[in-house]
Amino acid sequence: MKKIYLYARFQRFWHWTQFLIISILLVTGLEVHGLYNLMGYENAFRIHNLSGWGLLGLIFIAFFWYITTGDFRQYLTEGNLVEKIWMQVRYYMIGIFKHEPHPFKKNEISRLNPLQRITYLMLTLVGLPSQIIFGFIYFYFNELVALGMNPAWMEPIALIHTLLAYLLIAFVIMHVYMTTTGHTLTSNIKAMITGWEEVDE
Amino acid sequence: MKKLLLTGILLSGLLFPLSEPLSAEPFHHKVDSLLISTTDHKKFKILKQDFKSGPEVTKACLTCHTEASKQLHRTRHWTWDVPMKKGDRLGKKNVVNNFCISVEGNEPRCTSCHIGYNWKDKNFNFKSEENVDCLACHDMTGTYKKLPAGAGHPAYQTTVFEKKTFPKVDLSFVAQRVGHPDRHNCGICHFEGGGADAVKHGDLDNSLLKPDRELDVHMAIGKKELNMTCADCHKTEGHQVPGSRYTPEAHDTHGFDYPLADNNPATCSSCHGLKPHKKLKKLNDHVARVACQTCHIPFIAKERPTKMWWDWSKAGKFDKNGKEITIKDSSGCILYVSKKGEFRWAKNVAPEYSWFNGEMNYTTFKTIIDDRKVVSVNHPDGAANDPLSRIWPFKVHRGMQPYDPVLKRFVKPIVYGPKGSGAYWSDFNWDKSIRKGMENAGLEYSGKYAFVETEMYWPISHMVSPKEKSLSCRECHSRSGRLQNLSGFYLMGRDTNPFVEYFGLLAISGSLIGVIIHSIIRYFTVKKLKKAGGK
Repeated sequence: MKKIYLYARFQRFWHWTQFLIISILLVTGLEVHGLYNLMGYENAFRIHNLSGWGLLGLIFIAFFWYITTGDFRQYLTEGNLVEKIWMQVRYYMIGIFKHEPHPFKKNEISRLNPLQRITYLMLTLVGLPSQIIFGFIYFYFNELVALGMNPAWMEPIALIHTLLAYLLIAFVIMHVYMTTTGHTLTSNIKAMITGWEEVDE
Repeated sequence: MKKLLLTGILLSGLLFPLSEPLSAEPFHHKVDSLLISTTDHKKFKILKQDFKSGPEVTKACLTCHTEASKQLHRTRHWTWDVPMKKGDRLGKKNVVNNFCISVEGNEPRCTSCHIGYNWKDKNFNFKSEENVDCLACHDMTGTYKKLPAGAGHPAYQTTVFEKKTFPKVDLSFVAQRVGHPDRHNCGICHFEGGGADAVKHGDLDNSLLKPDRELDVHMAIGKKELNMTCADCHKTEGHQVPGSRYTPEAHDTHGFDYPLADNNPATCSSCHGLKPHKKLKKLNDHVARVACQTCHIPFIAKERPTKMWWDWSKAGKFDKNGKEITIKDSSGCILYVSKKGEFRWAKNVAPEYSWFNGEMNYTTFKTIIDDRKVVSVNHPDGAANDPLSRIWPFKVHRGMQPYDPVLKRFVKPIVYGPKGSGAYWSDFNWDKSIRKGMENAGLEYSGKYAFVETEMYWPISHMVSPKEKSLSCRECHSRSGRLQNLSGFYLMGRDTNPFVEYFGLLAISGSLIGVIIHSIIRYFTVKKLKKAGGK
């Protein structure tokens, strides 16, 4: 076992801030959707809208950081992606129960396995941006209708926004569970807090 | 002068940025009597005579205000007749209602709220200038009262009507003390429409004479309150009072009408503009689709019960001795009278909501009705996909009223009249009273009558609550809120799509279950491996 420095300070800040904002968005969003009464509709509505702006801002900062540091390469893959992802999936479905070693070793140059790479890339480039875009269309609905948007789009836009929120919850559940599949149950989470992760030699 | 002062105040208000929240400065600044008018009517010799009748007073008024009656002849207050776009004639004179059903045939009783004298029957002369009643609206003494069944005349001799005494009115005294209409002038008809206080509108009753701000934030009386009267919004020029229920403006897109009244000045937006929420700007997104009244008048009939149900079919029951019955509840509301039937009342009640574009669909006495369901005497026109429509609050008055089951039309019974005239309230014979009424109106009657359930929509605009008391979001944005019966649009917090909800539930529960199963298998396989390793 050895310790390697995987997550730079900005990455940890970005990860946990995004976690916080998305949690707030989910809690307030589902309240506005009418699933429960927690802080009151008015508060939930206001906090949700503010958090939406917060997430948008954070994503821009993160994009700036990833592009300027070149760290975005961590999310790119080479070679036969399907085969690589299948190796990782096979590990989670079979290998992990046999205590096989992880198919892809973590190191400073490559900290994400192919499944993570593609998942996080899609989340950051497609999932969250479309959720943010639909949220902002909803937020500026009146203005957009004044510019000529069809008012009947209100319902599909709201429904897509809701559906993406549910899918995000499902992602968070699996994502949190996956953190327990490291060297020890908590080594992944510790790494995301301190930056240093214990890995197999 | 008062107008000048007001304009000055409003203009100086405009110098401040319009985004300033409205302050609760009194709308009417106290001025002494000299500053109210350039005329003291007590100094006119012509008003010091011993008037014998109302028309005599009007003649005296017309000697100075020479064109006044001609102005009034052009008002709905006078004609009770409103020609509509589609050719229908509305107005009090023509419409069906589900209170006393029809004016025609019952004139002497109904026209106690007409701004004229002598409208006894259909031969009333609408060209008469002296028959315009100036005092009903301009009496400042509060002593001028029209007799309930006097065809618009006050009591020239002390009169007792239905156990109430109407003392002889001193016409000369009243004529010398006239002024701009105050709330009691409007209220005597508009607060007591339907025969008594609070019966008809639900948002207009005598509690508005001295309301606190909880009851009506505009009309509230007291220190630092706005103290606005009816005419402050129904800003009248040349006796033409704006803001009629027959031609309402459901969606004011014009906005401010002050200091220049260049559009309907009675709408909320005339003073509050089209973006009225300064602090919570996002609330302005509602303005296009929700009337101000919907959120800002959360309850109607706040202090006094208003009539919600009138069942004429139950009328005509008597006690063992053959005497008329009156049943009242503990608060004094009449639940049954032999003349009129059964009533139900409600106090501090939430209005009902409907899309409304300003056009009311009226059922007239000529309309063929569908008697298999509840008949709408009037119904607000509008829909979610009509950009001119907004969600409006209504008092819906329901009841049972007579109709002709053969011709499928409403009928006009004569209810008021002396014994033997066929009037229902004297003779208690529906067939006779309907026959007489239809004959009088020149309408066809098959000879058969029955009762049908009806509903009537009264748009709500008064009894505006202070902003702290306006509707909270959840009142509408929830699964079973106030708007649960309105369809055709997506309402956040109310509407869900079953596919989205089940798919979401499936995704979340699926991943949870998957994670749990995975961790259980991991737990046992790891344990087994450890055991094996231990060996």
